[in-house]
Amino acid sequence: MSDYIIHDHNDDGIDRRGFLKCMAWAGTGAFCVLQGGVLKSFALGQLDHARAGSLKGELSFVQISDSHIGFNKPANPDVIGTLQAAIAKINALPTPPAFVLHTGDLSHLSKPEEFDALEQNLKSLKTGRVFYVPGEHDVLNDDGKQYRERFGKGTLGEGWYSFDQKGVHFIGLVNVVNLKAGGLGNLGQDQLEWLEKDVKRLKSSTPIVVFAHIPLWAVYPEWGWGTDDGAHALSYLKRFGSVTVLNGHIHQTMQKVEGNVTFHTAMSTAFPQSQPGTAPSAGPMKVPAEQLRSLLGITDVDYVRGKHSLAITDSPLAI
Amino acid sequence: MKRLLIFMTVVFVLLLGTLVPLGSNRARAASPSSAASEVKIDNFSFTPATVTVPAGTTVTWTNSDDVPHTVVSDDKIFKSKVLDTDEKFSYTFTKPGTYPYFCSVHPKMTAKIVVH
Repeated sequence: MSDYIIHDHNDDGIDRRGFLKCMAWAGTGAFCVLQGGVLKSFALGQLDHARAGSLKGELSFVQISDSHIGFNKPANPDVIGTLQAAIAKINALPTPPAFVLHTGDLSHLSKPEEFDALEQNLKSLKTGRVFYVPGEHDVLNDDGKQYRERFGKGTLGEGWYSFDQKGVHFIGLVNVVNLKAGGLGNLGQDQLEWLEKDVKRLKSSTPIVVFAHIPLWAVYPEWGWGTDDGAHALSYLKRFGSVTVLNGHIHQTMQKVEGNVTFHTAMSTAFPQSQPGTAPSAGPMKVPAEQLRSLLGITDVDYVRGKHSLAITDSPLAI
Repeated sequence: MKRLLIFMTVVFVLLLGTLVPLGSNRARAASPSSAASEVKIDNFSFTPATVTVPAGTTVTWTNSDDVPHTVVSDDKIFKSKVLDTDEKFSYTFTKPGTYPYFCSVHPKMTAKIVVH
């Protein structure tokens, strides 16, 4: 049973049913493909079938997020163990990813030994390299100086940068530094100006992937799950036919499609958080030990040239 | 006259006697404000959100959450290191005024200290 879109009243490539299915990903695993503005979703069990079809991409990469090395509370006393399970999952993918994106909160307390442990463990990844952006837990006490020395060499400002792979333009943004009282995530004027210049030279047909720690869209501002100047950043990307925004921070999968922009958040490799508004506050959610690995996982992304499509697959560490 | 003086002295001593316990009662009544110099950080919030203290009070924040937080004055008058679970930060307020502060890790968390 596939879930092709039946009702697409707004012509935005997604119907309510499909949207709800995507919202219900956490812990189940689903596979969404955006092709020509049409979103198709498959249950994880259909993945082999889907992959066997026209979905083989020229560029495949994986997003991991929120490893929180150093966290040792009851929600997950073994964050190294679950990170290693995520690495094993990546190494077992049928198509080896070209690289891995880590969307922040590498560490829990920005401690050198936490960064060491993350770096050492990620060395066992069978992939080209790892690209990082910092989370708020990586810039504690020093505004990210240590993070940039270790993981942000050659980056600009607080750690932002861009690069190109197989015709796709990747942009890593930092929205966790210089946060203002009462506010949300923040990119700041310098970074916005850089972004505007960075994309100016690109053709509108260039697929864009933006990755940053805190969601660039307002997932749930009451819990700080959004970025104050996120919309400003996205205004520079309006002319592009395909924009994919990958975030972490909220430790659960969520997806929203708005015009040509697909917003997606990844699971954590460390601990889950409650769905927005279902708990007194954000924070580690304690679940029965046997459920934990079904709420942690990785995100696999495939790009098919010429099809304007990025296929995003979330896979929990265990089902 | 002498009797009157003695009477007045007795009255004065009696008055003093009533005043002293009154005074100490008042001190006891005021004690909640010195107890409020403790601020608890839990569930991504500062409790109480507003604390009013006399100048010279030392306010101590304790992080009871299982994620790290900071205590940072909006005007950067005071700034804690990151506080892990059960870690504390103290600051002594010597000058009257209103001191808004927030958690620089989770800036939605805001509160204030009022010093009179």
